[in-house]
Amino acid sequence: MIVKRITNVFFRYALRVITLLFAVSVIGFTLVSLSPVDPVQQYVLSVGSVSPEQRAELEDYWGLNDPPVERFENCLSAILHGDFGTSLLYRRPVIDVIREKFANTFALMLCAWVFSGVIGFILGCVMGANRDRAADKILKRICLLLCSVPTFWLGLLLLLLFSVWLGWFPIGFSSPIGVMNSDVTIWQQIHHLILPALTLSLLSFANVALHTRQKLIDVLESDYVLFAKARGESKRQIMKRHGYRNIIMPALTLQFASFAELFGGSVLAENVFSYPGLGSAVSAAGLNSDVPLLLGITLFSALFVFTGNMIANLLYGAIDPQIKESYANE
Amino acid sequence: MVCKHEHLLDVQNLSVSFKMYDRGLVQKELKVISDLSVSVDRGEILAVVGSSGSGKSLLAHAIMGILPENAAIQGAMKYQGEDMTPEYQEKLRGRQIALVPQSVTYLDPLMRVEKQVLGAGKDAKKKIPALKGIFNRLELDESVGKQYPYQLSGGMARRVLVSTAVIGDAELVIADEPTPGMQTGQAIEALRIFRELADEGKGVLLITHDIDLALNFADKIAVFYAGTTLELASSGDFLSGEESLRHPYSKALWRAMPQNGFEPLDGFQPFSGSLPSGCLFSPRCSMCEKQCRQKIPEMRELRGGFVRCFHAT
Repeated sequence: MIVKRITNVFFRYALRVITLLFAVSVIGFTLVSLSPVDPVQQYVLSVGSVSPEQRAELEDYWGLNDPPVERFENCLSAILHGDFGTSLLYRRPVIDVIREKFANTFALMLCAWVFSGVIGFILGCVMGANRDRAADKILKRICLLLCSVPTFWLGLLLLLLFSVWLGWFPIGFSSPIGVMNSDVTIWQQIHHLILPALTLSLLSFANVALHTRQKLIDVLESDYVLFAKARGESKRQIMKRHGYRNIIMPALTLQFASFAELFGGSVLAENVFSYPGLGSAVSAAGLNSDVPLLLGITLFSALFVFTGNMIANLLYGAIDPQIKESYANE
Repeated sequence: MVCKHEHLLDVQNLSVSFKMYDRGLVQKELKVISDLSVSVDRGEILAVVGSSGSGKSLLAHAIMGILPENAAIQGAMKYQGEDMTPEYQEKLRGRQIALVPQSVTYLDPLMRVEKQVLGAGKDAKKKIPALKGIFNRLELDESVGKQYPYQLSGGMARRVLVSTAVIGDAELVIADEPTPGMQTGQAIEALRIFRELADEGKGVLLITHDIDLALNFADKIAVFYAGTTLELASSGDFLSGEESLRHPYSKALWRAMPQNGFEPLDGFQPFSGSLPSGCLFSPRCSMCEKQCRQKIPEMRELRGGFVRCFHAT
């Protein structure tokens, strides 16, 4: 029974991820084909002077003169064989570049994600429980302000304040300049991580806090909380018995569904802090016509966001009794 | 009404109104309960009967002190002779006074039924034997305790709600429409439980629109209409027939009962935003005269009961 359910779920998600990645690759490929991005030009620039004949030969060799459908088929079959091509910018296989950059980005996003989730949830609870009091009003304004501030601007502001004026943090990169990669300590890495992570989390924690606040207010206005009150439960007991229980699920869903925003935010934050992650790699790839890398990262980010949403869905099934028991009855 | 002895619960001239926005920013007071007086003594069941939308649930919420913040209360409410201030109400809630709410939405959707019936607090676990007994009486299977509210049928949910009130040691039980959705046998059992509570010396305020069922278990019936009581009669008056009743509306209610002719009354109960200026029942009353349209009659004693009518004899 349980095995059947798990295989069922597995196939359902497998089918979804395959169709999603196929759709993303079609759209990505079409957009790149239509855009003025010219991979040959980029390649030629790095090689040096090339005659028009050589250039035409190169285009022919790369298959740029084939019909688009054929080109897409070639591209797809290469990907299916595990070959994502070579990055024109880094001169290395795209897969290796993504792996290396993602390690950096992952540390950054994980910090920001945990930080914004935890702080956002706590602040949301504080605001919801003290609705319309001074604490709520002040925090709510701060959250609304943070929600409407652009990431890059906030990043610049933090950079100016903490790195330039106060000198507490480095102004960029993921490790100190002039130090061998193998000599970089974990503390130095964390030191470089703090400001970008803070920027990224400040962006999304306000969102989490405001959502949690609203959800808690809804719960506190519900009939069952009214009944709990009628049964003599104190405010604290109500929060403990009914409050957290009913807001944790939406908060978790929101948190996992925020992977997309996190990815988008990391592009901006990494650029401001010159942090060598996936976000800065993707903008570099776009600006320098590095088509293989651009498409590779596009596919990877789609997979990443899909994973976040899938975890949210599965969590719901595992935690929410209404869904859990209905699965069991299937 | 003259207070001869100390009632368990005594509500005098209660009015409840809501502040709400009418059009644009114009605030308006919407009176939902006006000039209502009821009292419950130990050992008795007072049934408050009336159609939907007459403000019955709000009466229950007003007594518990759980009305929304935009509600304003006037009048006096006393519990065992003591004024029910918000602080006192908070002390009474769940300890002295228990509420049986009216729908499944009053149960936490994400908490197992058993945990909810036992309630909060350290001694909740000690009530498990009592819970088994009550579930048994209400024909609730033991497995229901492990279920979530969404898995319950309407009647099961109502019985679970009844069990929450019975499991405590409350002196006064306020039951807000406890029986709809239950099978007749179960509804009778639920009312029998309330009857036993009353016989043990507790008080029960039963809010219902099922007059028939109420008549067989309650001692007194308060007829509720458009936010106030029109008549207070013993259930015997209802059983013995139209002539024993005092108010034209009560008589009409009696005639509308299936065994008494099933005769409906024309018209509608007025909406709380557009109450008539005089007697609230005057637009539907066949005995209506000029003074009925101008002035709301006071509650007066008549033949052992109370009535709010100029003409009743």
